[in-house]
Amino acid sequence: MSSANTSAVGQGLANRFNLQQYVVYLGFLAIFLFFAVVLKDSGFLTVRNLSNIVLQTAPATIMAIGLVFVMSAGEIDLSIGSTVAVAALAAAVTLGQYGLVAGVLAGLGAGLLIGLINGALVAYVKLPSFLVTLATLGLFAGVSRSMTDLRSIPVTDSVFTGFFGSGVFLGIPSLIWWTAIAVAIGHIIYRETRFGAHVLATGDNARAASVSGISVPRIRLAVMAISGTLAGLAGLLYAGRLQAAKYTLGETDLMTVIAAVIVGGTLLNGGRGSIIGALVGSLMMGMLNNGLILMGLSVSDQMIVRGLIILAAVAVSLREKSR
Amino acid sequence: MTPTEANAPVLKLQDIHKMFSGITAIENFSLEVHPGEIVALVGDNGAGKSTLIKIISGVHSPTSGTISIEGETVTMSNATMARSHGIEVVYQDLALADQQSVYMNMFLGREPVNGFGLLDRRRMIAETDKLVKELDVRIPSAHATIRDLSGGQRQGVAIARATHWASKLILLDEPTAALGVAETAKVEEIVLSLKRRNIGVLIISHSLDQVFRLSDRICVLRRGKQIGVRETAKTDKNEIIAMITGLQQQ
Ligand SMILES: Nc1ncnc2c1ncn2[C@@H]1O[C@H](COP(=O)(O)OP(=O)(O)OP(=O)(O)O)[C@@H](O)[C@H]1O
Ligand SMILES: [Mg+2]
Repeated sequence: MSSANTSAVGQGLANRFNLQQYVVYLGFLAIFLFFAVVLKDSGFLTVRNLSNIVLQTAPATIMAIGLVFVMSAGEIDLSIGSTVAVAALAAAVTLGQYGLVAGVLAGLGAGLLIGLINGALVAYVKLPSFLVTLATLGLFAGVSRSMTDLRSIPVTDSVFTGFFGSGVFLGIPSLIWWTAIAVAIGHIIYRETRFGAHVLATGDNARAASVSGISVPRIRLAVMAISGTLAGLAGLLYAGRLQAAKYTLGETDLMTVIAAVIVGGTLLNGGRGSIIGALVGSLMMGMLNNGLILMGLSVSDQMIVRGLIILAAVAVSLREKSR
Repeated sequence: MTPTEANAPVLKLQDIHKMFSGITAIENFSLEVHPGEIVALVGDNGAGKSTLIKIISGVHSPTSGTISIEGETVTMSNATMARSHGIEVVYQDLALADQQSVYMNMFLGREPVNGFGLLDRRRMIAETDKLVKELDVRIPSAHATIRDLSGGQRQGVAIARATHWASKLILLDEPTAALGVAETAKVEEIVLSLKRRNIGVLIISHSLDQVFRLSDRICVLRRGKQIGVRETAKTDKNEIIAMITGLQQQ
């Protein structure tokens, strides 16, 4: 299979690059240029519209960072779709009663707790993460609905909404700060630490990782906890930007986030991935949404186009893996 | 035979038993490996050779029996313990992370970090380059991804990794299975150099020619039973083949 590809051997540099690693940048550029031409009179290229795209994708980008860790370790986390709402509601309710710090801790804590539950079931009970998080996705969707009887909880604390939503610091919107900081820290941990290397090794060959002294269960627990906590942070960002929390938050993000991560060069089966790629993938998904709306496509047509793009991305991902 | 033979054995197995869900894989196995000694483990497919290696390295725990390293009884609950005792293994499946680079595999689980706690890639690459050159493993570069290497090159990486980290004992599970004539000779040269470093070697091989070229003693397994141990200089292929197949009583 791979040994047949003798042409790759002997080109040390060529081995380090492959189509999937930069297809996201080409795709991003192509879609950007396409919309820039087609929508030049519809306001696509305005600073306001472009910065709106970045602001709107902030929660999805944060979730995507967590998912890069999870997928690189060979797992999946579907529960992020409902973790967002649980965390946002927990934060909103606690914020109203016990103040700012308690609210923030409640939101992040809810995400961490869900991540630890998923992680413990995957790492120590050894259940497949697909089934575990499919179950907890449904379970916590129910929890978020029962928490406030489907009601929306307003978030009025101006410090909170400024910090997590509409604020501006040094001339840059806080949501862009959050995105930039999360991407930078995520990238460094993923690429430059032993933990990141062990995550990749675990997803690549769990047995090899294990005989090399890496605690595979601990890695699996950790990636699920990271994903849960970042989904919790995404919940805070939604609550801050919308100044309210509701059970519907994050409901439609799951597919977008998975698509962003896969388009961004992270392999579905683990062992290889990219945080920067996931950022660009997420921006690309946001740009696609924005452009398709400006083009006047119906919601159903938007869904079809997005589905097709995800299909193409998965095809490239799997082709590269079996090369 | 060797001057080190008087030393305490680096590895001593006593009465090792291993059951897999009610089925006996290894029974009554006892063996000593001395520093600088090469012991060959032979037997037909499914005899239990790889299982024995995995028991020594801590992947499987024995159902009963004791393992001693340099005279000290140890319980190996996982592979980390074996490594901390200076034992390195080249597994039959090589245990390489295919999507990672050669240098990351070389340091898998033992990656050096700098003062900021970040991976010291430069050091890993430099040490890998040096090792690859020393052992004459022909790979395109330390950056190459494992899956882009040939079977022989992968085996070279796994062997280079084990020889780099071993300080007392090295376990080799069919290290030349995928190799051509020249590469096999190179690996045999590496094994002899380990002997000169006074490292004990336990090598599994299906090639009796190789076993007779390299080993000081030969241990035969058949269906989990230890048939016997012979000094290589005092036996011949016919006797070993008879022991392996059981077709002719000694
Ligand atoms: N994890 C396991 N669970 C159950 N049975 C096992 C396990 N590992 C090995 N066995 C069984 O133990 C026996 C010995 O297997 P082992 O891999 O040690 O053979 P081997 O001597 O290395 O053979 P080969 O020369 O083909 O590599 C076989 O019957 C095998 O099916
Ligand atoms: Mg075997």
